[in-house]
Amino acid sequence: MTVWFVPRDAAALSVGADAVATALEARGEHVVRTGSRGLLWLEPLVECADSRDGRRVGWGNVQVCDLEADGLSDTAENFLGVVEELDYLACQNRWIYERVGIIDPVDADDYLAHGGMVGLQRALELSPATVVQAVTESGLRGRGGAGFPTGIKWQTVAQQVPVPHKGDPIDAPCHKYICVNADEGDSGTFADRMLMEGDPFCLLEGMAIAAHAVGADRGMIYLRSEYPAAIAVMNEAIAKARDRGWLGRGILGSACDFDVSVRVGAGSYVCGEETAMLESLEGRRGTVRAKPPLPAIEGLFGTPTVINNVLTIASVPSILARGAEAYAALGQERSRGTQVFQLAGNIARGGIVEVAFGISAHELIFDLGQGTKSGRPLKAVQVGGPLGAYLPADKLQVPMAYETLAAQGAMLGHGGLVVFDDSVDMAEQARFAMEFCVEESCGKCTPCRIGAVRGVEVIDNLLASDAPENTEQLLRDLCDVMTQGSLCAMGGLTPQPVLSALDQFPEDFKRVAARVDAATQGAVHE
Amino acid sequence: MTDSPIKTSEQIAALKGLLTPIADREPGPVLLCLQAVQGHYGYVPEGAVAVVAEVCNVTRADVHGVFSYYSDLKKSPPPAISVRLCAAEACQAVGGRGLAAAWSEACAADPKLAAATGTDEPVFCLGNCALGPAALVNDQLIGRANVATLKSAVEAAQNVTEATR
Repeated sequence: MTVWFVPRDAAALSVGADAVATALEARGEHVVRTGSRGLLWLEPLVECADSRDGRRVGWGNVQVCDLEADGLSDTAENFLGVVEELDYLACQNRWIYERVGIIDPVDADDYLAHGGMVGLQRALELSPATVVQAVTESGLRGRGGAGFPTGIKWQTVAQQVPVPHKGDPIDAPCHKYICVNADEGDSGTFADRMLMEGDPFCLLEGMAIAAHAVGADRGMIYLRSEYPAAIAVMNEAIAKARDRGWLGRGILGSACDFDVSVRVGAGSYVCGEETAMLESLEGRRGTVRAKPPLPAIEGLFGTPTVINNVLTIASVPSILARGAEAYAALGQERSRGTQVFQLAGNIARGGIVEVAFGISAHELIFDLGQGTKSGRPLKAVQVGGPLGAYLPADKLQVPMAYETLAAQGAMLGHGGLVVFDDSVDMAEQARFAMEFCVEESCGKCTPCRIGAVRGVEVIDNLLASDAPENTEQLLRDLCDVMTQGSLCAMGGLTPQPVLSALDQFPEDFKRVAARVDAATQGAVHE
Repeated sequence: MTDSPIKTSEQIAALKGLLTPIADREPGPVLLCLQAVQGHYGYVPEGAVAVVAEVCNVTRADVHGVFSYYSDLKKSPPPAISVRLCAAEACQAVGGRGLAAAWSEACAADPKLAAATGTDEPVFCLGNCALGPAALVNDQLIGRANVATLKSAVEAAQNVTEATR
């Protein structure tokens, strides 16, 4: 019997995958719902397993009308051939995403059949210290953006003793926590969402490995409310993992007790900052905490806490299963292993590209992404989310890694690349960066709270026809204050997109001034 | 001003019945309780803050502080259909600003549409950045959105609402 695979990932659903699945089922076909392969421009991408060799062939952009008459055939215009042999996938090196798009995300047996739980089993055979050492040796760094070495963070938490929640009696139960930051608010990033929707057990397995390594008994996933599909899949996977003994008392028959729950965010971007996330998880306003104390020592409810991004934790099962050495062999300098790049915005072939660090932005955007979707010349690429720098078209040869991007005054962030064509007005983008900071600042520190408001005003002044000569310097000074004086990355990095726009595209700031000039003169004449 | 559904002692007792298990079970329950209130009523009605404060054993000021911080928590009933357009960079790069303007125009031209969808605040990123512009109509994510697809998503949502009634 033929088996059909239709994604249930939110991105695929957003362009009609459900209707296709329903239509296939109505024809009596056996349909398995999977995550997305990450070839998003082809969604809905429907696959079918060949009855002879089991290899999966696919069709892109399938609509219900394609299923009429003879249905999908290998002579159809949208026939793709063997999906894994498509250039976009063939060049990837998938560690975190090895099962995404292939398995049914909430089928525990499918997970086991595709190499799931091998990492946790191996970890439980090792001492906690050996697991921490393996993660350290893999060179894994935090994928949320800060890039802190994961092994060192885990080591710090492992060295602490568990304590009761702050404010609880001294004889109350003691805890350590594993907190997963799934508050993926950066525009241009969707890898956390697709991992959670496509392979939620992988995240839970990684959390269990972390729990064993540092001696934690509780886990929390802070998931943003903008991802309703991911929330549903994660909760379903947690219930199934408990039934299987993958979570709960004595996971996989070991002495390790560990359980996980999901807490849903409430629409605050800054809660993706780790200490604001802790405040929010504790049910309070999501304002940033001053450090120290480090969360590893005094984190959630005052207990020692590992805080890792979804992709960091999801890297761990395959590192344990395939070996830290193999992982560390990938990448360059102190950027080891693979990064899940996300090609977004105005790009012809947007999606997920998991490859070793060191690939250039140019290769990602032009070889894999095939340039802009509009077909117009590329003007700028924002790397690393709304706090990341804008790179102009002639600076895209930079290898994508922590050190090389930092040397350019940019950052990798969460690995998102947002492409803009030549219709973009960079002055407008710079203003938006400040506006976004006004909207999302938690308000705790002055440089961010007030600086962003002043930033919008100064940019408006700069663009006005009668801008005093020192206005640009004023903006630069303000950016300096925000960079140096803010408590967290929200205010500290907002100047990055602003200054990169100003430095790389000065003509846009002048052009707007001219345009505003013309507009006001027009208004006067009327 | 909307008439609050949390006035009589029976109504207050019912809300306590909803919130007490959360406060008993979960550490740091204030945000969870407010989210439960909103899940139940569709918004956080007047009077709910005092009940949450009592159940969680914190001050009303503490609860109000949390309530006023998070943009998801609303103080008035939501429109029948929520339409949220992504206003972040990846969607800007593919005409998000233009879509927002076109959608406002469409709503202005069609009073029925405006009444059903209200004026929702934009959202920063829906995680559909390769298939923008993105929008969320109730819980349905829309990719490569335009005014026509948004209108049909609103219609579909209206049909769902009527079917469940």
